[in-house]
Amino acid sequence: MIDIQDLCKFYQVGDDRVRALDHATLHISPREFVSIIGPSGSGKSTLMNIIGCLDVADAGVYKLDGLPIGEYSENELAHIRNQKIGFVFQNFNLIPKLSAEENVELPLIYQKVPRAERQQRVREALERVGLQKRARHLPTELSGGQQQRVAIARALVTRPSLILADEPTGNLDSKTSQEIMDMFHELHRQGNTIVLITHDPGVAKQAERAIHILDGRITEATL
Amino acid sequence: MIQSFKMALRSISAGKMRAALTMLGIIIGVMALVVLVSLVNGATSSVTDKVSALGSSMVTATISDDKGSPVTLDTLNEWMEDPELGILAPIATSIATGRSGGESASFTVYGTTAGYYAVQNMQLFMGRWLKEPDIENHSYVCILNENAAQELIGYTDCVGRSITLNNVPFTIVGILADDEDSLTALFSSGSCVAYIPHTSLVRLSDTVPTGITTFYASAPEGGTVDQAKEHLEELLLQRFDEDDDAFSLSSSSILEETMSNVTSVLTILLGGIAAISLIVGGIGIMNIMLVTVTERTREIGIRKAIGATRGTILTQFLMEAVVLCMMGCGLGIFLSWAILQAVSTVTASVGLAFALDGSVVLVSVVFCFLIGVIFGLYPANKAARMKPIDALHYGG
Repeated sequence: MIDIQDLCKFYQVGDDRVRALDHATLHISPREFVSIIGPSGSGKSTLMNIIGCLDVADAGVYKLDGLPIGEYSENELAHIRNQKIGFVFQNFNLIPKLSAEENVELPLIYQKVPRAERQQRVREALERVGLQKRARHLPTELSGGQQQRVAIARALVTRPSLILADEPTGNLDSKTSQEIMDMFHELHRQGNTIVLITHDPGVAKQAERAIHILDGRITEATL
Repeated sequence: MIQSFKMALRSISAGKMRAALTMLGIIIGVMALVVLVSLVNGATSSVTDKVSALGSSMVTATISDDKGSPVTLDTLNEWMEDPELGILAPIATSIATGRSGGESASFTVYGTTAGYYAVQNMQLFMGRWLKEPDIENHSYVCILNENAAQELIGYTDCVGRSITLNNVPFTIVGILADDEDSLTALFSSGSCVAYIPHTSLVRLSDTVPTGITTFYASAPEGGTVDQAKEHLEELLLQRFDEDDDAFSLSSSSILEETMSNVTSVLTILLGGIAAISLIVGGIGIMNIMLVTVTERTREIGIRKAIGATRGTILTQFLMEAVVLCMMGCGLGIFLSWAILQAVSTVTASVGLAFALDGSVVLVSVVFCFLIGVIFGLYPANKAARMKPIDALHYGG
């Protein structure tokens, strides 16, 4: 599923060259629920960007479903993100002008799915997160938890190989957080591969496996 | 494509006030272009109408090679029976010396027929014009212009008196009014002119042949000059063995052609000035699109993260710029139409009518589209080139 070998990423900060990832190596199998945990500045955001094909590494190999990600062009990466990855962000990242169903529909529009099928799949996805009654609401009319569920529906609607969640509960209260986590467990049971990035050990330990990252180095551990 | 059109409409309607202000530049530009050009065209056509009223509502036929079958008065009379032709009147010119008493003057003598009066829209000051019998009988009668009467006789009220042209006595039967507006007057002021029967001129002058080389034709009852011209062309082609070099037909006066040259220069000039204001409007669009792109950096990031390619983003923002331009263009055209209607209502009393000029509408639509594309391209490209992570983390 995900195969990362000796991945390095550098940032230039002034005269210093910061090593955000230092020969990171990790492997994630299909249908796994893995959390990546580390304090801020540990390189977990960089790792998440690379896993999510939003950024490319400076050295090393990253294979997603056997595809060598480092070798693709920007547009090819856009297609891979569109087809294979469902993103769930800390701050939801919904488009404020579009209603819930339109936000969910957007990745399907980019996939050029026909209209009738699009509507069918959007309805299904919203049902799965229990928001079918809020389909026409704008993000600002929804609570944080509801917004995050819309974001999950958007991630699900393309039936991706990987759901990549970046601090999905970071902006939510503990009760809502648990609801969202329950939803991830449910998705996992249904056979989705989930990678969850967090700094919260309480969240991290809910996954099957936690990967620790510190100063760009990876230490695997099962909690 | 349809999808990006819908998205464009959405994001424009999300900021109506801003969109309206942005469009204002385009609206004013389009209005300037359409209204100015339409006004010029309206005024031109009204002036042209007046010019053609001066004597171009007729066809001038010139025969350069008669191929052995010259057109005669009888031919013209025969053709006049044709319902698709109006009045046909020949014209032949000669120079003669006119004398009366002790006075003498150089005359331009025209030989023509009764029909000339109507075709050329002549105005008599007094007396009468040539009549059919004058032509048939080779009568020695003449019609002078006022100037000739003044020069030769000394006063204009001289119908019934005689003069000689090349020593042949002619009776004056009519005096032409010097119409200052008429084309003939324009070109012949200060000269002495006499109109005599065509048949008499053939006898008077050695150089005028019996065959007619130039004649005028008016439009038939209820028909147009162009119809008459077309029909005449058929007749003449038939007569001259399908040789279209043997004769020429023209239906517009030199003045009209000059007018249209002048106005087309004027149209281009005004259109050019208006086009500059359209370009300024386009810069306004570019400006606001750049602001929009910056404001929506985050949205671009989200769209890219979930799979929008460079092309998708480019199309989206380009479409937005073009739709803005085209909406402005549509509104501008509508307002121009309203203005022209209003102006027409006011000027109706002086007989001026202004209509939306179809070609300038087309030009402004095409121009607006190009402005949308050209000035939208830079901001759209800026949006398309954003890196997804930078865009996602923009402004928190």
